[in-house]
Amino acid sequence: MQVTMTVNGDEVAREIEPRLLLVHFIREELGLTGTHWGCDTSNCGTCVVWMDDEPVKSCTVLAAMAHGHRIRTVEDLERAGGLDPVQQGFMDEHGLQCGFCTPGMMMTARWLLDRDPDPDEATIREAISGQICRCTGYENIVRAVRWAAEHPATSEVHA
Amino acid sequence: MTTIEEPPAPTPMGFGRMKRKEDVRFIRGKGHYVDDVVLPGMLHGAVLRSTYAHARIVRIDTSAAEAHPKVRAVITGATLETLGLAWMPSLSHDVVAVLATDKVRFQGQEVAFVVADDHYSARDALELIEVEYEPLPPVMDARRALEPDAPVIRDDVQGKTDNHIFDWDAGDEAATDAAFAAADVVVSQDMLYPRVHPAPMETCGAVADMDPVSGKLTIWCGTQAPHAHRTLYALVAGLPEHKIRVISPDIGGGFGNKVGIYPGYVCAIVGSIVTKRPVKWMEDRSENLMSTSFARDYHMHGEIAATNDGKITALRVKVLADHGAFNNTAQPTKFPAGFFHIFTGSYDLQAAHCEVTGVYTNKAPGGVAYACSFRVTEAAYLVERMVDCLADEMGMDPAELRLKNLLKPEQFPYTCPTGWEYDSGDYPRALRLALEMAGYDDLRKEQADKRTRGELMGIGISFFTETVGAGPRKHMDILGLGMADGAEVRVHPTGKAVVRLSCQSQGQGHETTFAQIVAQELGISPDDIDVVHGDTDNTPFGLGTYGSRSTPVSGAAVAVASRRVRDKAKIVASAMLEVAVDDLEWEKGRWFVKGDPAAGKTIQEIALASHGSLELPEGVEGHLDASCVYDPPNLTYPFGAYICVVDVDPGTGQVKVRRFIAVDDCGPRINPMIVEGQIHGGLADGVGMALMEVIAFDEDGNCLGGSFMDYLLPTALECPSWEVGQTVTPSPHHPLGVKGVGESATVGSPAAVVNAVLDAIGVRHADMPLTPAQVWRTMQGSPFRTDLAIE
Repeated sequence: MQVTMTVNGDEVAREIEPRLLLVHFIREELGLTGTHWGCDTSNCGTCVVWMDDEPVKSCTVLAAMAHGHRIRTVEDLERAGGLDPVQQGFMDEHGLQCGFCTPGMMMTARWLLDRDPDPDEATIREAISGQICRCTGYENIVRAVRWAAEHPATSEVHA
Repeated sequence: MTTIEEPPAPTPMGFGRMKRKEDVRFIRGKGHYVDDVVLPGMLHGAVLRSTYAHARIVRIDTSAAEAHPKVRAVITGATLETLGLAWMPSLSHDVVAVLATDKVRFQGQEVAFVVADDHYSARDALELIEVEYEPLPPVMDARRALEPDAPVIRDDVQGKTDNHIFDWDAGDEAATDAAFAAADVVVSQDMLYPRVHPAPMETCGAVADMDPVSGKLTIWCGTQAPHAHRTLYALVAGLPEHKIRVISPDIGGGFGNKVGIYPGYVCAIVGSIVTKRPVKWMEDRSENLMSTSFARDYHMHGEIAATNDGKITALRVKVLADHGAFNNTAQPTKFPAGFFHIFTGSYDLQAAHCEVTGVYTNKAPGGVAYACSFRVTEAAYLVERMVDCLADEMGMDPAELRLKNLLKPEQFPYTCPTGWEYDSGDYPRALRLALEMAGYDDLRKEQADKRTRGELMGIGISFFTETVGAGPRKHMDILGLGMADGAEVRVHPTGKAVVRLSCQSQGQGHETTFAQIVAQELGISPDDIDVVHGDTDNTPFGLGTYGSRSTPVSGAAVAVASRRVRDKAKIVASAMLEVAVDDLEWEKGRWFVKGDPAAGKTIQEIALASHGSLELPEGVEGHLDASCVYDPPNLTYPFGAYICVVDVDPGTGQVKVRRFIAVDDCGPRINPMIVEGQIHGGLADGVGMALMEVIAFDEDGNCLGGSFMDYLLPTALECPSWEVGQTVTPSPHHPLGVKGVGESATVGSPAAVVNAVLDAIGVRHADMPLTPAQVWRTMQGSPFRTDLAIE
């Protein structure tokens, strides 16, 4: 079947099998490998992307269901030459170790901050509670999101 | 957590907080993991797995799968037998089936491998393979394994008539018996450290590419031990080692899960040889949880002896170790129970003895994973639970009992009753700091107040000593490969540098930490140092990253190699300055003339000169580089004091971890930010194991933890904000004094959580995981076995 969707601002069209999962569409058809595949059961959240401005777990969304919708992945977080404050926060606060859960965590964090620019610790923990990180014990992820909240205008790359 | 700390300062010239160099790709979604590898013409593999835990294979019919239009090859055990590859050596002097030929021995065991044009078609074809099984009774309980009428699992081993693997012991049995006979107080307790799984976020996988023209095999594989893999492939498959290249790209977490060679890797290689095209194999989450290296599964009977005034005199333990269907634990050859015999922990005992019996069951093989430091996790749990049991028996405060018995600073180096030589430590200082950070006395008062209101609050303490950084070559090898690691440091003409490592990061931040080690030794900014690792064609040999051995072994190798570079730079500088070598003095980044600090040469100037036309002294070659193979003289002994505070809902048994205080001593911290991150992660592991995680089975052998719907891992909601502190006691034998930290928190934290929960509900013991059901049942006086199906 033919699907057409907007991914990171670009319209893409592909002929696909109806059963193809969105995560595989993004990774294999489009070559956007920042989105990861971790569990198949919507538990781990390494595959989180946005569909029409809402985070979804792309391992349990069919690519066909994204037809006509807007998809945003981690590759779209960077803003005109600079990092999103969430990206900068993850780096400054050591919010990642192996990096595998990081794209999904950052997509959720950006979604949260767009709705709640000043979330407290409990709010942040709840927002990321559908996602698993095995490396950080979450502490520094929470700090990274708080860093982003406190530096909303950061776009300078000081990597 | 109420405050945001300032971001780390700009790049330090050596040790100190700095942002990680590797993060610039990860935060952009530009990490490169094995599943991101795409090669021209690449095919995809999938594994057919056993539905039974124990069954004879009567017939396998692959004809329908072979007829699938997108299938390129179907490989079975029979195919592999013709190549001599149906079985491969395990890491513990046993064999492991690559694809089952005679029987299946655990649910999820590999039976056939399909290679197809795409991943979905490969999975479709698995459904077309018909396997006729003759089910056999499974052995799912280690205690059943040694009964005379238990089904024999390993009848592939000639003459094997039981499920026994090994008996092993350490310590002085007679002295221990005598100490127990003389004791005023003896407490005994059965406890299970249940089977758990490291469950890294990235599952295991490989891409194999056998070039049919050059005969060179390249394997991209998320392995923690790329060099060991290459050598083993050479030994197993008979491929010449120089024609094998293992590339370990970014790894999405390892925790011991990615040490061994899995059948899927071998099948991908065979698939590439058969099809003459690259083959990718990535397991899914259920495959990862059901078939790859598990951890623990130790049934322990502990006994602790003490005097009436609370002086612990002896400890002994008998262990039934469930190794699953094949003995494939990855640990130094001489130690079939790993380093479990450090079970005397942090205490000054007269005598100790442990006996470990390993058995086969119809469960997945493995056993040493999940940041366990070669079974130190089980040892630390055992002793820290036994000390709490003794405190309960004697009505003593568990902090007081520990302070009374901890080793004293003046006792180091200390040889424990089972022979380990602890390098350094100040244990009471660490525990006192943790008690102070926790506000221990106030917590006890709060607990007493709450009890009067029927509220359940618990405070749990654990103190651990690890033995890591394996290890001295004369004592330690894996499959005959000595546990020394190489490193190479080269300074380029313009003064930038590259360091090549044998070990491989799975998130530990090696690209930053090892650059900082070179920076510390040579005074070259970490930003100017490239760290190369994870590619056997471009790095020196070594056994890899596990058992917290990267900084203790490879870190030492890098420090020594850097010092050799510095020594050579001194000779070059002496030629440049036309002074005697002995007249030069080092300050970070520069050799200068003693008494004339202005006359000196920077490492950058020296680097350029050493590549130029400067006339060098007799016997000194040009360029500026050095290497080292580091053979550790001893292991390192990180330690720590942990305190957990929990609240338990008396109506539901739900545990809330309110606070967790962790004081760690891993020697000097190369990058304190990274060290704290490692500790945070391990503490979350401990909360998970203590409260949530278990790979259980039903009596038919079905794995009950085969997905993240069933195998529960802690999320941000189950974890508190960690409160970390430190003491610093350098290792006297390590060039940098560092001890390693990767597994400390995973080793030390489970006992603290369990001790806290049991303290809250006033019960001496219940087995992990302390789920609400288990806690509630324990409060009713009937805790259940957590490793078998809940009745």
